[in-house]
Amino acid sequence: RKMATLSVCQPQLGGFSFENCKRNAVLEAEVTKLGCNIPSARKTGTTICGVVFKDGIVLGADTRATEGMIVADKNCSKIHYISPNIYCCGAGTAADTEMTTQIISSNLELHSLSTSRLPRVATANRMLKQMLFRYQGHIGAALVLGGVDCNGPHLYSIYPHGSTDKLPYVTMGSGSLAAMAVFEDRYKQDMEEEDAKRLVRDAIAAGIFNDLGSGSNIDLCVITKGRVDYLRPHDMANKKGVRTGNYKYKQGTTGVLTKSVIKLDLEVVEETVQTMDTS
Amino acid sequence: MPLSQLKDSVPVTGMGPQVGAYGVQDTLRSGFSSVKNELLPSHALELSEKNFQLNQDKINFSNLRNIQGLHAPLKLQMEYRAARQIQRLPFLQSSHLALDTLKGNDESISFEDILNDPAQSEMMGEPHVMVEYKLGMM
Repeated sequence: RKMATLSVCQPQLGGFSFENCKRNAVLEAEVTKLGCNIPSARKTGTTICGVVFKDGIVLGADTRATEGMIVADKNCSKIHYISPNIYCCGAGTAADTEMTTQIISSNLELHSLSTSRLPRVATANRMLKQMLFRYQGHIGAALVLGGVDCNGPHLYSIYPHGSTDKLPYVTMGSGSLAAMAVFEDRYKQDMEEEDAKRLVRDAIAAGIFNDLGSGSNIDLCVITKGRVDYLRPHDMANKKGVRTGNYKYKQGTTGVLTKSVIKLDLEVVEETVQTMDTS
Repeated sequence: MPLSQLKDSVPVTGMGPQVGAYGVQDTLRSGFSSVKNELLPSHALELSEKNFQLNQDKINFSNLRNIQGLHAPLKLQMEYRAARQIQRLPFLQSSHLALDTLKGNDESISFEDILNDPAQSEMMGEPHVMVEYKLGMM
């Protein structure tokens, strides 16, 4: 009904279209009556965290993407590029985190071209929280945003409904409690880079080994003034095992009793050439 | 302070029934009507998204009026009105370049630019009906 009126009187608008919501609600009711499930979105049930150290920021993430109870991607990349000095880890619905970070990255690039300055982390934070609040949490993206700008290193955590926290160490995702336990025990102010990397690696490892939604490898991203180290993978905590035994039989194990060779006469009946259109 | 007394409150354009001429349901143009389809939004965000641009403009103009005085929003709205008139007939694609530059949309990307791009829509508008609607003849 909406399609008919819009296309008749007024030109179409871009953006989200809610045409199919009622149809989807009806379909969902029908399908639950039959006892099946509608396909679920791919999530990154995840452990992501970040920590501020003496010269900058260390961001860490695991690499498992799940679809319900199945691992959809054993090595997905959860640390997204926002700008040369700002990176963002994303937990929640994979498509939402991907598209949100890409949109904010584009907007930040346009903004930095217009102001001819390196973008600030607070700008990215404000853009993200305004967009997430506009959609009232329907965009399921929980983010850890970190970067170094003219005012020093900054670390923010952004929740799907649009609230943000500016803290020296943050964790998000289903494994956030395990990672936060490690941080609460061993975080100190003004750590060295190696200590910070070890701390983040241990926090992500705690999430990987104690939470079903997180797994596979550990990715790290170290951001300092003028330098970004994107370490993917930093630590392959879950390497696939190698088979120790070989169950193939050697050639000649089975004894040959008799052997007879029959030659088959094949004659060419028809030969056709089909040219491929490679233009 | 009760909502109706707040200055600059936006009346939400809800999902009223599609009335045509003589105040009766226009079945020919908008199909059969049902209360469920028309009075209830199909998604929590539908109403807020429909009015989002209006609300943002209202907030911005109201701030501008409080900071710079009444002339500022009036001048801006006059410019918007002038820029909005630079377009092709409603069923053709117009770039709205002047309007976008004035509003600052040329320096930002949002879901309106990525999803459901009107330039790539599979349905074309009815030319005669759209022009009649625009000229207020319908």
